[in-house]
Amino acid sequence: MDITPATAATPPPLPGGSQPAPAEQSKAAARAGDRIFLALSRGSGILLLVIMAAIAVFLTVRAASALSHNEGNFFTTFEWNANANPPVFGIAVLAFGTIVSSLIAMLIAVPVAIGIALFISHYAPRKLAAPLSYVIDLLAAVPSIVYGLWGALFLVPHLTGLYGWLNDYLGWTGIFAYHDGAARSLFTIGILLAIMILPIVTSVSREVFLQAPKMHEEAALALGATRWEVIRMSVLPFGRSGIISASMLGLGRALGETMAVATVLSPSFEIGKSLLDPGGGTFAQNIASSFKESGEIGKDALIASGLVLFVLTLLVNGAARMIIARRKEYTA
Amino acid sequence: MSGVTMDRPLPAGDAPGPGYTLRQPRLPRWTPAALAAAAAAVGIGIGVGAGLSSHIQWGLIAGLLFVVGMYALAARVEGRRQAKDRLATSLVWVCFLLAVVPLVSLVWETVSRGSKVLDGTFLSHSMAGVLTIQPGGGVYHAIIGTLEQVGIATAIAAPIGLLTAVYLVEYGRGRLAKAVTFFVDVMTGIPSIVAGLFILSFWILMLDFGYSGFAGAMALSILMMPVVVRSTEEMLKLVPNELREASLALGVPKWRTILKVVLPTAIGGIATGVMLSVARIAGESAPVVLLVFGSQVINNDPFDGAQSSLPYYIYEQWAAGNAASYDRAWGAALVLIAFVMILNLVARGIARWKAPKAGR
Repeated sequence: MDITPATAATPPPLPGGSQPAPAEQSKAAARAGDRIFLALSRGSGILLLVIMAAIAVFLTVRAASALSHNEGNFFTTFEWNANANPPVFGIAVLAFGTIVSSLIAMLIAVPVAIGIALFISHYAPRKLAAPLSYVIDLLAAVPSIVYGLWGALFLVPHLTGLYGWLNDYLGWTGIFAYHDGAARSLFTIGILLAIMILPIVTSVSREVFLQAPKMHEEAALALGATRWEVIRMSVLPFGRSGIISASMLGLGRALGETMAVATVLSPSFEIGKSLLDPGGGTFAQNIASSFKESGEIGKDALIASGLVLFVLTLLVNGAARMIIARRKEYTA
Repeated sequence: MSGVTMDRPLPAGDAPGPGYTLRQPRLPRWTPAALAAAAAAVGIGIGVGAGLSSHIQWGLIAGLLFVVGMYALAARVEGRRQAKDRLATSLVWVCFLLAVVPLVSLVWETVSRGSKVLDGTFLSHSMAGVLTIQPGGGVYHAIIGTLEQVGIATAIAAPIGLLTAVYLVEYGRGRLAKAVTFFVDVMTGIPSIVAGLFILSFWILMLDFGYSGFAGAMALSILMMPVVVRSTEEMLKLVPNELREASLALGVPKWRTILKVVLPTAIGGIATGVMLSVARIAGESAPVVLLVFGSQVINNDPFDGAQSSLPYYIYEQWAAGNAASYDRAWGAALVLIAFVMILNLVARGIARWKAPKAGR
């Protein structure tokens, strides 16, 4: 900004500047223009911050009004009768379902995503690598409701065989017990969420793997290491923090995923021992499915559960970003 | 295990040689392919033989056979370290196939089931007067809703996102810029349902406006802003500093430099980013379910009254739960996926077409 007064004294005819105004006048116009432009762009930056603050404030206000009517304990009650009189609701089941299904998704998605990222960065033929990462990105472009439709009408019927098998061999653990019925359970949600968070985990870890120092890899190769030993000794240690933050970004996505879960899960307000039997619920799913039947207090109660989800994802994402930022400083 | 015993005779030709050669015994190059074929055959054989109904199980058996077989084979012929390398390679390949299978299956199901109902009538009619159990009806009202909502959201989010990115790259110093950068990152991770709840509490419950397409569009714009900021920021950072310096040295004020030099240089990348974010919010269903209320008839006015949208329509038809409505849901899913994919392809096309110019 400060360059303008110094250079405007010798005005060369600019191709862009149409009116040949006196130097004084154009200087004033430039200053006004600069000021307006700066105000506009700074203003929209501030607007973003205001929106973030407004989200927190408005959700908190509505949530507080719901909690003041609540007859149950918000954190430990195992039911959701927010429209009853008096309203009784608690998030215990939702928190359990959200966390369990997201963790299942992580357990499935992270190893697979690391594998794919390694495949693209180190194993695939050079010509294939770019189209392959494009295909993985396409997975991210599919709308979540379409995943939900596919999950409910294709994946669920195809999983009953697998679940029966799991029940036969691992049913004694209780966790993998499966009684007949559609496989619209937390475990199915976990599988579906795993597919949905695969692209983001893959693309972040791929970036990190590509940044691994070439010299280390070549040194390892020169010592006669196999390709796997190169990856284990020089790529994975370098990318560890990247993998952690990538999985946390994925976790953030999985926690907040709504429509795919709402479409596939058959919800119930109890915590069952088995992951394969239908039942359970997640924050986002509960909001989407019980919204239409909710009255004033019911909606506020849903907003209260949404606030918990908001805080949860904020913490997870913030932590992930913090790790990425610290790593950037470290490498730079 | 049977896959291993079947293939055992293959590499037996060059058994571990005498110690004086430097070359370790290697499996022939075609071994993985042959073993994969054998594993697939055995997997299908076991599947058919044992009467396993689920094809997922067939795949799992074949995959397991391949990985174990490759390891055993390499350990026998090439030694432990090479075997571990082979194991890692096959695991990485299996991972990749695991990711491709759902994508292919999803696209295949959508196209094959959706194309049954997709025709001119489906695209040009609403659901007015059609019972959910009847076949017929269409998505016209939902397409109108989606286009209007996404259009309004873009009109709100694109300028704000662009200006924010300009601020961060061209002006941003100090604490405010750092805070904006951090919260843009955090905002990227906001669950879409939370954005919907925010507009619900603010616009509908507090200010007492009705459910409308515009309410949905506002929620969508919240989701779109951080994406636009991020991608625009990346593009502006790529503009060479020499261009800015040359323009400033000629006495051009900073704002004109940004408008006439920086933005035009990066315009291809910016357009790509905006289109990708449009593609992202077009498929966003959670806030729409909360805010537009859904409608069976055509409503061209996004500011007044309930509207529908493609994601909402899919959800609604799925929830109706009968054969005719499932068909419509798949049809709408096909329309939505086509829309999103076309946006994606065009965006990448622009990126490629504009790329050399930006680099010059």
